Amino acid sequence: MTAGRLLLIVPLAYLAIFFIYPLGSIFARSLGDESNFGFEPFSILLNDPYYLGRIWFTIWQAVVSTLLTLAIGLPAAFLFARYEFPGKTLLKAISSLPFVMPTIVVAMGFTALFGAQGLVNSALMTMFGLDNPPVRITNTLTIIFMAHAFYNYAIIVRIVSALWSNLDPNLEGSAKMLGAGSIQTFYHVTLPLLLPAIISASLLSFAFSFTSFGVVLVLGGPEYSTLEVSIYELTAKLFRLPLAGALAIIQLGFTYFFLLLYSKFQEQSAVRVDLKPRESTSRHPTRWKEKIFVVAIILMLLTLLSPLVALVVRWITLDGGFATNQMANLFSDDRGSYFHLSPVTIIWNSLRFALITVAISLIIGTIISYTITNVNRRWRNLSDALVMLPLGVSAVTLGFGYIIALGRPPIDLRGSWLILVIAHSLVAYPFVIRSLLPVLKGMNSNLREAAAVLGANPARVFLLVELPLIAPALLVGATFAFAVSMGEFGASLILVRVEFTTMPVAIFRFLGLPGTANLGMALGMSCLLMVVVSLGFIAIERFRYKGIGGF
Amino acid sequence: MPLLCVSDLRKAYGDVSAVDGVSFSADEGELLCLLGPSGCGKTTMLRVLAGLDEPDSGTITFDGREINHLPPQQRDFGLMFQDLALFPHMDVFSNVAFGLRMQKLPSSQVEKRVEELLALVELGDYSHRKVHELSGGERQRVALVRSLAPAPKLLMFDEPLGSLDRALRESLQSQVHKILKEVGLTSIYVTHDRDEAFTMADRLIFMNHGQIIQTGSPEETISAPADGFVARTLGFKNILAGVVLEDGPMLKLDCPIGVISANKRPGINTPRGSVQTILIDEKAVSVSNDSANEINSFQGVITERVFRGYHYELRVKINGGELYCHAPLESREVPSEINQPVSICVDAPSIRFLDSDE
Repeated sequence: MTAGRLLLIVPLAYLAIFFIYPLGSIFARSLGDESNFGFEPFSILLNDPYYLGRIWFTIWQAVVSTLLTLAIGLPAAFLFARYEFPGKTLLKAISSLPFVMPTIVVAMGFTALFGAQGLVNSALMTMFGLDNPPVRITNTLTIIFMAHAFYNYAIIVRIVSALWSNLDPNLEGSAKMLGAGSIQTFYHVTLPLLLPAIISASLLSFAFSFTSFGVVLVLGGPEYSTLEVSIYELTAKLFRLPLAGALAIIQLGFTYFFLLLYSKFQEQSAVRVDLKPRESTSRHPTRWKEKIFVVAIILMLLTLLSPLVALVVRWITLDGGFATNQMANLFSDDRGSYFHLSPVTIIWNSLRFALITVAISLIIGTIISYTITNVNRRWRNLSDALVMLPLGVSAVTLGFGYIIALGRPPIDLRGSWLILVIAHSLVAYPFVIRSLLPVLKGMNSNLREAAAVLGANPARVFLLVELPLIAPALLVGATFAFAVSMGEFGASLILVRVEFTTMPVAIFRFLGLPGTANLGMALGMSCLLMVVVSLGFIAIERFRYKGIGGF
Repeated sequence: MPLLCVSDLRKAYGDVSAVDGVSFSADEGELLCLLGPSGCGKTTMLRVLAGLDEPDSGTITFDGREINHLPPQQRDFGLMFQDLALFPHMDVFSNVAFGLRMQKLPSSQVEKRVEELLALVELGDYSHRKVHELSGGERQRVALVRSLAPAPKLLMFDEPLGSLDRALRESLQSQVHKILKEVGLTSIYVTHDRDEAFTMADRLIFMNHGQIIQTGSPEETISAPADGFVARTLGFKNILAGVVLEDGPMLKLDCPIGVISANKRPGINTPRGSVQTILIDEKAVSVSNDSANEINSFQGVITERVFRGYHYELRVKINGGELYCHAPLESREVPSEINQPVSICVDAPSIRFLDSDE
């Protein structure tokens, strides 16, 4: 136990230096410098109608996005919880993909589908002989809402269907035996039992829409910017650091408030209802109404994937090209090179940063998870806090904090690729904890004890009994960490040096450059990112435990 | 000298004292049953013996050596958990082989021993089955031979058969008993079930609130339960408290059902006005139609009737109290209908005196 606590120093020191210290620096900076110390930046922001407008916009776009997300997510959650159909496992795996997609890939997908030269418009123009694209939703709110819903509905599906599928159907059955109709049963029995899960999933989806960066930056255009985009512009373009700091603190306040609510409801969603093993709660649809419902929702889920499909189609058909041509372009050294970096170097950057991120996240996540599981309850309450801290801070804020805190003595990491990997690992390690904790908490401690009584020393107990049991969870956590690092955009965009450019950043830069070759490069890298991430997630789908989806 | 000596053992979790000054011993080859309700400290007792928890005070000596602080893997004890704790990621063979592999036995010997053991419980063909493919009874048997495999010097069982249906439980009980006796293993078996304890035990230890109330062979304890708790655990139902009205060789007690006369147990002090606890065996209560005016006769009304296979068990309300008694199934003379008035007679010499209850 004491050895465990000593080990805990490693992650705590890591968090203190690379999380608390940068955030503290932001706060200090938001209070101005010595000559001009005070809350002036805050009063500037709160008296400026532009920034007040940003705050208001950020809130209401997140509300609308969340409502749309719920409208898509709840029927799908019901489908996965209660019905069996061929291809269910695969469909479930595929429909979780949007959540783990890098934001920049999602944004590219929507551009490829709905952009002026996107698939929908070119199809309509050819079909009806139009001269102008009829669907104009890029740079509108509509496409932002759609992208957010696309991005977040998997959260609703995961969290709600996990609880739903474990609800004893006999509860609904007994309500019906007592004379309740289908709607009454849903309203009086099912909904109240699911409500904590629905609320916690909604809050999480809200928090993600609230800090949305890549989607808004690429799809929203200059007219719509969230707080996150404003912080980025103040930091990277206008260099008004005290204002950026104050705005980051305001945003932080909001996200922590919502995440606090989230974790409160999440606790409750582990209601002490009779949970049935999943197999017994779902069945094949039998009546016509059920069959139509199942087919309709499956079609909806497949349609939702169209931006990702559009991405591939648009890339392959770009400039009348073929898959092989485009692939050759992507991996050629001379064409479309950006700041003299070959695409291969960029891809290699992303890969190695991701692998190092995985290693760091696994170490930190495992130590924290074990300590949380083994120490007493007072310490255990730290767990949620430790998991939540980095989740509550947006990537741009983190990157911003690193610029002002880690770019000067005592810790000067300017120009080192370490700074990127550290930022990625802070965003990634909560996923390791999230996958590991339920398995560790659920592990029957008798197994360890049985091994000890049978003569195994603690090292062998870990190696022979615990490790094989937590290995799948570690793999899931590692895959999440890998995907998070591969797709991380906000912090990378702020921190990156040319020679350490990663794929998401390169995609964004290519988009800003003219010419089909650059567009091809952006599309190609997006496809590559998508494929790498998808393969990882489809491969680990069978290892997933109940309740460890995204969250 | 006994093999295992436990003296004045204490273990508390926070403010809750789970084991509160327990002393007992076990001879080599003896099979002890710890009997008591859930929460009485039985499981804690086992965990401390196994080395999974350390005692707060007191000593455990095994084979003449104090082992209070010896870690579990060095004790050479076995423990069969209530939930069995079979390793879910291993097959049957690897589960049973686990302890042998920990002893670094050569694999040919491990293989031979595991096969013998699996054959012993008729699971010879199950080596490569996964744990989750087994039925409840099969799992119990795998867990049993897993604990037997490393040839532990002391084997402990924590209600391992609790979750099984009655027929399976009974057949496993005698199977386990037979194996333990054949091997001559010293064992401690925890249960709350009287019949299970009777099947298994050489000696019973009754525990309540973390303390030992009584120890003795099944025959000894059933013929002289120490107090109301032991009597109830053994299945007796008619336990009454009465105030002594008249001391002497024939006591008169004022009980809720009326005044009862009982033969005084030699050597106990029963002054007038003291409260005594008495036990009346159901079989010592007779039921009839006619209101005889014998000693210990009472008039009552039947409030409950349970069919027990060979007889009815009647619950009879008498004045302010009640008695349980047996009635033959088909008899004209003996009434057995609910709300029927009956005449009850208690056999005075068979009334036993218990220590005051709890």
